[in-house]
Amino acid sequence: MTKLSIIMFSGTADKLMPVGVLASAAAGLGYEVEIFATFWGLLALKKDAPQPDVSKDYGPMAEMFKKIMQEKNMPSFIDMLRQAKEIGNVKIYACAQTFDMMGLKKEDLVDIVDDVIGAMEYLEKSKDADINLFI
Amino acid sequence: MTEVKPDIVVDARGSYCPGPLMELIKAIKKAEVGQVIAVYSSDSGSKTDIPLWVEKAGHELIAVNDKGDYTEFVVRKKK
Repeated sequence: MTKLSIIMFSGTADKLMPVGVLASAAAGLGYEVEIFATFWGLLALKKDAPQPDVSKDYGPMAEMFKKIMQEKNMPSFIDMLRQAKEIGNVKIYACAQTFDMMGLKKEDLVDIVDDVIGAMEYLEKSKDADINLFI
Repeated sequence: MTEVKPDIVVDARGSYCPGPLMELIKAIKKAEVGQVIAVYSSDSGSKTDIPLWVEKAGHELIAVNDKGDYTEFVVRKKK
């Protein structure tokens, strides 16, 4: 079976959205999907995380993009991942190091997170993936 | 042109890639084999992604109708 593996590192909307879109598309195609949420990507999965901002890297485009996303009522990346999980085999793992460093508990994270795993286990899981992305 | 009357209509207009495809997949999962599902989509990604998915998943794409500001995809669940 084809497998897509994504390290979700970034915490800004412009990078979280593509994770949601690609995971959904892959789930639709019947791919197995693994997402390893680490650093800002994991913090974006906290229940009390604010609506992610657009990266300031893109200057004035960031504000415009944010406005368009609101106007067009784009689903959040969490809703996209939830939908991807509904239709396919999508697993979301929290990075153990970030998890411990930030003093998180499993119940601090949204319910789409399956497990907390270490970097070694992630590497072992993703080494046979057909597509490996770092976003 | 033969018109096939859909059993289920999914209006996914206004939803963005891959939203309409996700709506179709969910509708097909719930439908019974042989039922016809019509999806309305205004998203340009659907034009490539929906036919691709239908073929890969082994269903039948009965029609793709250009309705001006949206496209209607008519699909029969085959299995």
